[in-house]
Amino acid sequence: MSNILIVSLLFSAIRLTTPMLLAALGGLYSERSGVINIALEGLMLAGAFTAATITHYTGNPWVGLAAAILAGALVALVHGVACIQFKADQVVSGTAINILFLGIPALLSGAFFESTGATPQLPKGQLIPMAPIVLAFALVPVTWYVLYRTPFGLRLRAVGENPEAADTAGVDVSRVRYLAVMLSGALAAIGGAYLSIGQSSLFARNMSAGRGFIALAALIFGKWRPVQTMLACLLFGFAEALSIQMQGVSQIPVQFIQLIPYVLTIVVLAGFIGHSRAPRALGLPYQKKR
Amino acid sequence: MALEREKSLMKGLRQLIFPLAAVLAAFVAGSFLVLAVGDSPLATYQLLIGSAFTWPDGIGYTLFYATPLIFTGLAVAVAFRCGLLNIGAEGQLYIASFATAWVGITFAGLPAILLVPLCCLAAVLAGGVWGGIPGVLKARFGAHEVITTIMMNFIAIALASYFTQYHYKPPGDAILETVPIGEGGHIARLGRFVPGLPERIPLNLSFLLALATCVLVYLFLWRTRWGYEIRATGASPAAAQYGGIATGRQIVLAMALSGALAGMVGINEVLGYRYRYYDSFSSGYGFTGIAVALLGRNHPVGVILASLLFGALLRGGLFVDIFTEHVSKDLVMVLQGIIILFVAAEAMFRDRFRGPFGRRIKGV
Amino acid sequence: MLELREITKRFGDVLANDRVSFAVAPGTIHALVGENGAGKSTAMRIAYGFYSADSGDVVVDGAVRRFASPQDAIALGIGMVHQHFMLVEPMTVAENIVLGIEPGNALQLDVAGAVSRIRALSAEFGLAIDPTARIEDLSVGQQQRVELLKALYRQARILILDEPTAVLSPQAVRDLFAILRRMREQGKTIVIVTHKLSEVLEISDEVTVMRDGKVVGNRRTAETSAAELARLMVGRDVLLRVVKPEGHPGKPVLAVRGLSSGALGTKDRERRLDGVSFEVRAGEIVGIAGIEGNGQTELIEALAGLAEPAAVTGTIELEGRDVEGLSARARRAGGIAHVPEDRHRRGLLLDFDLAENSILGADDRPPVAVGPWHLWLNREAIRRRTEKILKAFDVRPPDPDLPARSLSGGNQQKLILGRELEESPKLLLVAQPTRGVDIGGIEFIHRRLVEMRDAGCAVLLVSSELEEVTALSDRLLVMREGRIVGEVDPARATPEEIGLLMTGGNAAA
Repeated sequence: MSNILIVSLLFSAIRLTTPMLLAALGGLYSERSGVINIALEGLMLAGAFTAATITHYTGNPWVGLAAAILAGALVALVHGVACIQFKADQVVSGTAINILFLGIPALLSGAFFESTGATPQLPKGQLIPMAPIVLAFALVPVTWYVLYRTPFGLRLRAVGENPEAADTAGVDVSRVRYLAVMLSGALAAIGGAYLSIGQSSLFARNMSAGRGFIALAALIFGKWRPVQTMLACLLFGFAEALSIQMQGVSQIPVQFIQLIPYVLTIVVLAGFIGHSRAPRALGLPYQKKR
Repeated sequence: MALEREKSLMKGLRQLIFPLAAVLAAFVAGSFLVLAVGDSPLATYQLLIGSAFTWPDGIGYTLFYATPLIFTGLAVAVAFRCGLLNIGAEGQLYIASFATAWVGITFAGLPAILLVPLCCLAAVLAGGVWGGIPGVLKARFGAHEVITTIMMNFIAIALASYFTQYHYKPPGDAILETVPIGEGGHIARLGRFVPGLPERIPLNLSFLLALATCVLVYLFLWRTRWGYEIRATGASPAAAQYGGIATGRQIVLAMALSGALAGMVGINEVLGYRYRYYDSFSSGYGFTGIAVALLGRNHPVGVILASLLFGALLRGGLFVDIFTEHVSKDLVMVLQGIIILFVAAEAMFRDRFRGPFGRRIKGV
Repeated sequence: MLELREITKRFGDVLANDRVSFAVAPGTIHALVGENGAGKSTAMRIAYGFYSADSGDVVVDGAVRRFASPQDAIALGIGMVHQHFMLVEPMTVAENIVLGIEPGNALQLDVAGAVSRIRALSAEFGLAIDPTARIEDLSVGQQQRVELLKALYRQARILILDEPTAVLSPQAVRDLFAILRRMREQGKTIVIVTHKLSEVLEISDEVTVMRDGKVVGNRRTAETSAAELARLMVGRDVLLRVVKPEGHPGKPVLAVRGLSSGALGTKDRERRLDGVSFEVRAGEIVGIAGIEGNGQTELIEALAGLAEPAAVTGTIELEGRDVEGLSARARRAGGIAHVPEDRHRRGLLLDFDLAENSILGADDRPPVAVGPWHLWLNREAIRRRTEKILKAFDVRPPDPDLPARSLSGGNQQKLILGRELEESPKLLLVAQPTRGVDIGGIEFIHRRLVEMRDAGCAVLLVSSELEEVTALSDRLLVMREGRIVGEVDPARATPEEIGLLMTGGNAAA
C-alpha cells in the first residue's frame, strides 16, 4: 500500500472516530453517574437533524451546532426525568428515545422540507468539518481532568458507585445525575451534528446507523475510562475506515465489508466484558429512604 | 365462584387503565407535534384511527398489519419475562423471512402439504438461531443483549440483502426482491373463507396462526416448567439459582424462543402476502413489537390488544401520509416512542421501584 | 449533650419508637442495647436526621433541633457510622472522606491538602489509615476506621456507631475499642448501638436498654450486670427455652472434608473458607456459631451448590456419595434443602404468588411437574401443596394468590421453611432462620427445626444469635476467619467460652 493510501486511511479513521468518540464520552458521563444511556443513538439523530435544519435556516453552522447541543441536552433531560424522577427502567426509556428519534426527524423533515426524512443539501461554506474533530479529541483529557481532579467528577463517580454513600455525605444524587445525563445528551448531539454538518452536508434518515450503540460498546470496552474509551473508538473508527477503503478494491461484496464494525462490536463485547467492571450502581434508580 | 370471577374481572380492568392512560397521553403529546408542523391534530387522528374501522378494507388491513405485530410483540414479551430486552426482533424477522423464501424457492416443486410446514419450520429455526446467538453471548460472556441484538439487526439485514441481490434476484428486475416461491408454499388469504372480504386484502391464515400462538405462549409461560423457570430467572436470578434453575440456559432458551416468534413474521410476509422475499419490507415491526409488548404488559392477551391498536395506526399512517398537508406516517413511530416512555415511567405509579429487569445489569 | 425526648416513630402499623427518651452525657461512651427490632437503630437515625420523628424532640447542647436531613445533624457535630459502611469502594480514603465537602474550588480538587489533614487526624486518634489507599483494598476493620475519620473530618463531637462489631474480627474489635477509648479521652462523646452485652460491659460508661420500641432502663455500667441487662432486654428472665428432648443421632448424612473456597476476585480475606471439615448425622442439629462474615455464608452456599464451582475445593459427601461437582438442582434432588439467610434475594420470588413460590426448587419433578419431560405444571397438585404448606406452617394470610412481597417477614420465613420441609430432606441447611421474625414466629420455627431433627433429618444451623444456636444445637461448632476453630457441648459451654472461641482468645469475653 502506498503512503498516500495509509495517510488517507488514518485521516478517514480519525474522521469516522469523531462522532463515536463524542457519543462515547457523553455516555461516559451518564454511565459513570449510574444512568444507562442506551439513548445515545437517538440523541445523535436529534443532534444531527437539529444541526442540519438550523444551519439551513440561519446559514450559520455554529448556530446549528449550538442548537444541536441544546436539543441533545433537552432530549437527554427527558431520559433523565424518566430514569431519575420516575425510576423508569433505563434501558426501556433509552429505547423509547431511540424510536422517538427515528420518527421525529422524519416527521419534521416531511413537514419542513417536503421530503421523506432528509434535509436540504447545505453549501460547502456552511459546514464545520474540522472543529468537531478537534473538540472530540480535546475532550478526552478534559474529561479525564473533570472526572479525577474536580469536585464534580468526584461526586459523579461516587454517585455512580454508591449513591447512598454519596447521599449520606451530603451529595445531591439526583442533581448530579441530571447534570451528567444532560451533558451526555449534549456531547452525543455534537457527535450527531458532526455527521450532518461536518462529515456530510445534510441530514439523512437514520444516518447514525448504529454508531450510538457502537459508542456504548466502546465505552464498555474502554472500561468507562476516557483514554481507553478513545482507544476503543479509534479501533472502531479504523475498522470502518478500512471497510470503506476496501470497498473499491477487494472482491468481497460491499454488504460484508460494511458489516466489519458491527461484527467487531459483538466480538469486543463478548470477549472483553468480563474484564471490565461497570459502575456499581449502573442501571439502579436511587430511592432516598425516609 | 361469581365473586371470584368478578375479582379477576376487576383485576383485568385495572390492568387496562394504565396502558389506556399511556396511549391517551401519547396522543395528547403527539398532537403538539402535529400542531407544530401545521396540521390539525383532530383531523389527523381521525384519519389515523377512523380509517381502521371501515369494512372490509379498514378492518382487513388492520388485522393484516396486526399479524406481524402479534408475533414480534410476543417475541419481545417472552424475552422481557426472562429479564431481557430483545431489540433484535427486526433482524430476526428479516433473516427468518429470507430463510422462508429460500426454502420456498429451493424446494419450489414440493406440494403444499410439505412445503408450507417446511417453510414455517425455516422461519422458526432461522429466527430462533438468530435470537439464540445473543442469548449465548449473554449467558456465556455477559455481553448485553441490547447491543448485540442491535448489531445482529445490521448483520441480518445486510446478509439477506446480499443474498437477494447476488443470488436470488430475478434478472433484470429493478426492485430488490427474490424470485417467487413455489405455488405450494402459498397459504390462503382469509378472503377465501370470509364472505365480503375480497382476496386482494392480504389478510391470511397467519393471523389465525398468530392468535393460536398467543394461546401457546400463554400456556408455555404459565403452565409449563420451562416457562416458570424463564419467568423465575427474569424475576430474580439469585432466587432462581437457589431453586436449582440454570439461569444461563433459561436466557438462551428465552432468546431463542423470542427469535423464533419474531421469525414467524416470515410466514405472514412470505407465505401469506408477497410469496417472495422483498428487501426492507418491514416497517419497523421488530421495534413496534417493543411498544406492543410493553403496552400489553408482556401478556399474550395484552399483546393482541396492543397489536390491534398499532395495526390500526400503521394502516391509518398511510392515510395520514396521503391526506394531510404536512404530517407523515412517521407520526406512528413518534407515538410508539412516547407510549414506551410513558409505560416505562409507570414504575413510579405502581408501588415498586423495579423495572421489568430484576437483574443487575452488567455493562451497557 | 445529646438527648432524645419522647421520640415516637411509626412505620406503617409498626410502632418502632414509643416515647423514647434518654440523655447522653458529654465525654462518655453510651451504649444503647436491645434485641433486633427493639428500635435502637430507628432512634439513632432520628438523632442523625436520617428519619424524622412523628413526635418528640432531639436536643443538642440544650436546645431543641429540627433536622431536615443528616446535613443538619452533621453541622451540629453529630457523626454516624452505619452498620453497612457508606463508602465508595473503588475510590481512595481521602476521596471518600472529602466527598460532599470538597476542599479547593469547582475547577480543582485540593487532594494534597485533604491528604495531609487526614494524616494528622489519623495520627491524633491512632487510626493508622493511609489516605491514599483504595477502600476496596482495606480490611473491614480499616474501612470502619475510615468511617470514623469521615465523621472526625466533619468535626463530629458526637459519634453514633450502629452495631459496629457485627462484621469485625476479634482483633478488629479490640482495636476499635482502643480507638473509642482514645476518642473519649480527647473529649468526644460516643453512642454505641449493639445487642452484645459483653461489649457493653467492656466499653461503655452508661447503658440505655430498649425493648419493643420503648426505653426500659438506664444504668451506669459499673453498677449493673449482664444478667440484669439481659432481663431488661427481653422482659423476662429467659429468652429462649426450646423444648428439646434428648437427640438420637444416627449415621452421618453430611461429611465435609477440607472444604476451601478462595474468594475469587475479591480482596477481602475475611470472607472465605479455609479447610473446613465436619460431619452432621441424621437426627442431630449441628450449630455453627460465629461473628457474621467469618465464612458461614460461603459454607452454606458451597454446600447448597450455589458457589462458583471453580472457587471450591475439598469434598462434600451426602450419605457417602460425593456431591461436590453437582449442580444446585441435583443436590436438591439428592435430599438437600436450604433455608437461605437472605430471603428477599434468594429465598423468594417476591412478585410471584405464594403458590408459585411454594414450588421453587421442586418445579422439575412430580408431583409438581408431570407429562413428557416433566414439562407440565400440575396446577391441582401445586394448589394442594401450597394449601398444605400454608396450613401446616400457619402462614397468614393463607391466600395462595397473594404475592410473596405482601407477607410479613415471619410469614415469609414460615413459607420458605414449609416449602423446604415439604421435600422431606435428608439434610437441611438453615441460615439465620429467625432474622427479622417476630417472637411467635421464632418459637414456631424453632419447634419445627427440633421436630425435623427428631424425624431423622440432619440439620446444619448457622446463626449469629449465640443464644439461638446454643439452645437449638446438639453439637456446636465455632467458625472464625473461614475455619472451624472449635467444637463445644452447647448444653455445658458458657457463653464466655463460646465467645472466646468466636473472638479468637483474649478479646471481649
